Amino acid sequence: MPKKKRAEAAEQPAYTWREKVGLAQMLRGGVIMDVVTPDHAKIAEDAGAAAVMALERVPADIRLHGGVARMSDPEMIASIMAAVSIPVMAKCRIGHFAEAQILQALGVDFIDESEVLTPADEMYHVDKHAFAVPFVCGCRDLGEALRRIGEGAAMIRTKGEAGSGNVVEAVRHMRTVMDGIRRLTVLGPEQLMTEAKNLGAPYEVLKEIAATGQLPVPNFSAGGIATPADAALMRQLGAEAVFVGSGIFKSGDPARRAKAIVEANTFYDDPAKVLECSKGLGEAMVGINISEIPEGERLAKRGW
Amino acid sequence: MRSPVIGVLALQGDFREHLEMLAGLGVDARNVRTPEQVAACDGLILPGGESTTIGKLMRRYGVDQAIRELHAAGRPIWGTCAGAILLSREVVENDVHNLGLLDARIARNAYGRQTDSFERGLAMAALGAAEFPAVFIRAPRFVSVGPGVEALAAIDDEPVFVRQGNLLASTFHPELTSDPRVHAWLAELARA
Repeated sequence: MPKKKRAEAAEQPAYTWREKVGLAQMLRGGVIMDVVTPDHAKIAEDAGAAAVMALERVPADIRLHGGVARMSDPEMIASIMAAVSIPVMAKCRIGHFAEAQILQALGVDFIDESEVLTPADEMYHVDKHAFAVPFVCGCRDLGEALRRIGEGAAMIRTKGEAGSGNVVEAVRHMRTVMDGIRRLTVLGPEQLMTEAKNLGAPYEVLKEIAATGQLPVPNFSAGGIATPADAALMRQLGAEAVFVGSGIFKSGDPARRAKAIVEANTFYDDPAKVLECSKGLGEAMVGINISEIPEGERLAKRGW
Repeated sequence: MRSPVIGVLALQGDFREHLEMLAGLGVDARNVRTPEQVAACDGLILPGGESTTIGKLMRRYGVDQAIRELHAAGRPIWGTCAGAILLSREVVENDVHNLGLLDARIARNAYGRQTDSFERGLAMAALGAAEFPAVFIRAPRFVSVGPGVEALAAIDDEPVFVRQGNLLASTFHPELTSDPRVHAWLAELARA
């Protein structure tokens, strides 16, 4: 991975790849929650969130609202940064490097180049090596994960289907990525270049994974997690942490559900503890069957 | 004598990196999340991560008390970054559920936000002549330390790695590097 590179557009502090991936490593085993107000952010922090994602509307409302979804108002993001001491992430549109420059100038700790917003470029993603701030990107399979890492993403999250309250796509994408990783570890060296071609993935990163059996950056899960059991499921399938978007603040008792998901995520392989924190949480968000979402409105399809 | 067991507190954070470093040294290392698991250790690492998150989970599950007892029994404990915050007596302007074992005042995120994270080679005589590659990520700073606290490394006279008896605390992350000297030292302390 390149050590240092400077953006042409703007003056920015020196950084190293290790620092960028380092923050992602610190978030392992955590829950990252979508929040739309400073009050939400405090509820998330008090529940034990490891970070928050500041945005104007949670994905379920972006779905309802329709239209073009853009980067949130920087003033709103700043108010959340002022409200909590944990890291604050924010989303830019796919390929919208100017939005990313604004978020970096604002001082957010992580940028999510996110399919939840309307893509700004249908050919190219942001050159993430050009930024001092680390990026997280979504993926559905190993090839997509490796293209994003090749572009400089310091964290990967499987996409799932944001705002659906339905974990089925999150499961599909995590299984697909983990299968892809396992497959690389049993291929012979002569097979790796063809595999890189088939996946559309950078060869050097692919070779590294074949040797280590893991992605070179943390691999988290997003898109549809709504219950403590969902979090425990994704962790057992290989996610190193979970993003919860609409699942918390679209439920009946957000503070209680947030705390329960944090606990289930920590003790994901201890069913007795997950049982305890699953009790009496009130209403979960109403989910959507994926087959009822028109093809054109499926967020996971955005990104190339 | 049997080889010591080093626990890595695995409630949240970069516990995996610590575990891999210890395993690479041939140390018997395991993730610990419950009071019983903590009590079974000869030494303990509090990893990097979010100190507010780890502090809350420690308290919710009674792990904080088990760690205090481990300390009272004279077992070595090392905190990195968030771990150093949790060990400290006082956290500036924050309601972190800290353990208060280390006679120090510490301020969270005290260099700034993520873009202010940095790497620096540190002189650390206690671990030999070679510079230590120190990675600081949204790092805390020791505002003041008590008379019984020894500075093992400093940046501009401000301690970044301290020792108080069997307690070690670094505001940086040796577990993110390939330099195992601090981990090896902790294993040695746990053997004593």
